[in-house]
Amino acid sequence: MDTMDTANRADTTDTTDSPETAEPKEENTKQTDKKEKKIKKSKKAAAPDAPFLPKKPYKTHGGVRVNHMKNTAESPSETLPTPKRVVISMQQHIGTACEPIVKKGDIVTVGQKIGDSDSPLCAPIHASVSGQVTAIGTMLMPNGTEVKTVEIASDGQQTLCPDIQPPVVTNADELYAAVRESGLVGLGGAGFPVSVKINYSPDKSVDTLVVNGAECEPYLTADYREMVESPEDIIEGTRLLTEMLGLKRAIIGIEGNKPAAIKHLASLISERSLDDTMCVLKLKTAYPQGAEKVLIKACTDRAVPVGKIPADAGCIVLNITSVGFIARYLKTGMPLVTKRITVDGSAIAEPQNVVAPIGAIVSDIADFCGGFDKPPQKVLMGGPMMGTALYSLDYPIIKQNNGLIFMAEAETDALRPTDCIRCGRCVAACPMLLTPVNIQHLVQKRDIDGLNDLCVTSCMECGCCAYSCPAHRPLVQFLRMAKILVKS
Amino acid sequence: MENQTPQKLSVSSSPHAHCGENTAVIMQDVLIALAPAALMAAVYFGWRAVLLILLCTGACVLTEYVCRRVMKRPQTVGDFSAAVTGVLLAFNLPPTLNPIYAVLGSVFAIVVVKQMFGGIGMNFVNPALAARIFLLISFPSHMSRWSIPFFYLSDNADTDIVSTATPLAQAAAGSGRPSYTDLFIGLHGGCLGETCTLALLLGGLYLLLRRIITPEIPLCFLGTVALTALAAGQNPLVHLLSGGVMLGAIFMATDYTTCPVNRAGKIFYGIGCGLITMTIRLFGSLPEGVSYAIVLMNILTPHIEALTQSSPFGSEVRNSGK
Repeated sequence: MDTMDTANRADTTDTTDSPETAEPKEENTKQTDKKEKKIKKSKKAAAPDAPFLPKKPYKTHGGVRVNHMKNTAESPSETLPTPKRVVISMQQHIGTACEPIVKKGDIVTVGQKIGDSDSPLCAPIHASVSGQVTAIGTMLMPNGTEVKTVEIASDGQQTLCPDIQPPVVTNADELYAAVRESGLVGLGGAGFPVSVKINYSPDKSVDTLVVNGAECEPYLTADYREMVESPEDIIEGTRLLTEMLGLKRAIIGIEGNKPAAIKHLASLISERSLDDTMCVLKLKTAYPQGAEKVLIKACTDRAVPVGKIPADAGCIVLNITSVGFIARYLKTGMPLVTKRITVDGSAIAEPQNVVAPIGAIVSDIADFCGGFDKPPQKVLMGGPMMGTALYSLDYPIIKQNNGLIFMAEAETDALRPTDCIRCGRCVAACPMLLTPVNIQHLVQKRDIDGLNDLCVTSCMECGCCAYSCPAHRPLVQFLRMAKILVKS
Repeated sequence: MENQTPQKLSVSSSPHAHCGENTAVIMQDVLIALAPAALMAAVYFGWRAVLLILLCTGACVLTEYVCRRVMKRPQTVGDFSAAVTGVLLAFNLPPTLNPIYAVLGSVFAIVVVKQMFGGIGMNFVNPALAARIFLLISFPSHMSRWSIPFFYLSDNADTDIVSTATPLAQAAAGSGRPSYTDLFIGLHGGCLGETCTLALLLGGLYLLLRRIITPEIPLCFLGTVALTALAAGQNPLVHLLSGGVMLGAIFMATDYTTCPVNRAGKIFYGIGCGLITMTIRLFGSLPEGVSYAIVLMNILTPHIEALTQSSPFGSEVRNSGK
């Protein structure tokens, strides 16, 4: 679900450091200060010196009801047998693509770094199988850009890289470095390098870690399995991050449709007597509770200013699987080379959660899940609300994949747009309080000033507007165009 | 893939799921909600009411079809919006109106008010109400000949239609009015679909439950009418139960195309409808003002929307910093 903010985030990371925006930034800090005072007030009411931990989620705007279809919630994760061949993309994160640092013919081991870049906005990429590099190729991404790939023929041995050892982390700077080396990106779907996310500038008074366990997309249960299968890692990761980053509190937000996970994590927190800095918050079961800005509102009642990042609202948001991974990485030193993926949809024979090496081919995973009952018409990487439709089953999975949905019928393809009847459902559904009904007309008129006034850049493409539109208007496409028009 | 022949995959933009609603389903729901009132119109005013409803609906649908054909635009007759316009127009006519005028009104609603402005979603006023006003201004005497319910049962119904006044006209003239029960179940003179408050409320409830409409506009409209009546020292119940207020507040003012899309706008719009209705009822020379009130507020809708535009999430923080 983190995907939603990446489009904005990529820009804001650049712009927040530029001098032109220095002024609004200060104003924002003032704003957060004010909020801070409010929080302090409520703190006093609760207990002296203890940070405020919410009991109930705050009100959020808009959203839609979706069918959850969490068919795989109770199926334990199965590990994909080491595939014969993996294709590892050099672009598995928001930011600069990595350059391959291995050549054709090189022998690589599991966890060996095979791609990196000097850019600050980047996460290195590691080999997920041991074997020989057969090619440095290119691959067409679903968004139309080409990216370099490293193809590895597996030797089946899964020999570990000798360099792998637990990193020594005693302060925040060492944590940033370690997290960068782990290759961790936001695992909720966006793939924003986590080392950059937690290394926010010190003038942003960040006090809260929000752990995103909402998993509001239909079908997906990968994060839920993480909560059920390795809750200790989640709690340990949350504690570590809160301490290392000097934060006051951590709020783990989980949608109400996962009662087992909520109960388990909450009892673990009490067991380890972390009650006064950490809490589990049961969120409303509604899409998109896991969208970063919506989650921050639900957990802290703060609004991330338009065009700003969560740190401007005093928050760091991390996906729950990312947090668990950090704890494991600090213990073992094994970088991010596998990912748990929910395989589901009407076409697949045996829906389940699969732990696959990064770079495994989609068709191999489908075969592992019993192949297809019906020929798939549409294959989604991610959930049905925000996922990307793949053009080929010969596509490799990347770090931030959390689902592969094989649809036997591409239902939305048959919908033809009709005239807008101004029913206002898109307005009621928009969690960012935008007015897609008006934005679509302004896009058609190419009215850039009008679009700027309507703050189209805060759209995170959650799809609530198009989902609820009875006239089947392609509102998400209109909003994407609006954002492009405003930027040009 | 060993067991599958490679095949082409469909690639499209997210979202890949949809709620399943469409325009035709919404319009069919409105027709279902109008059914109780149509039934009561048939009971109270007999075959003439049925004839007018069928004639208006048929004329609207046919006109829509011909218009789209002539303009070489995609056919929209299947979305049932023309049928809704037809039924609503019929509801706003006196039961004994000459069918010719009803057809004329239907053609005016579809051709002039709806299609000339671009069809569904583009008209700036409610087509049915605009057509009613057009008929009211063009044929005032025909449009204000009211008959008592069950007039068709009397022996000389065909030759000598029993004329009566609407409760509002009676109130304005200072004569007696029907009992509350009669007002509630519609046993009084008036337009053929507006008299039975009970049936209209049932329809409104259905629309609310199906989430076709939100409660803001009807509640603000009716609330303002009641409060204004109270403030003017008149009986608020009589004002709510008589005339076209119920029909207007539930079915006409909530027309998607001509009302604001945002919540604050809907509240202002509803209050505006109520205020203009009561201004006309209390101070105007006409006994009834609902049609004019809604059409006037329809015209103001773009301005209400512009003034009540909600600020995007997070923008208050930014603006207050400046």
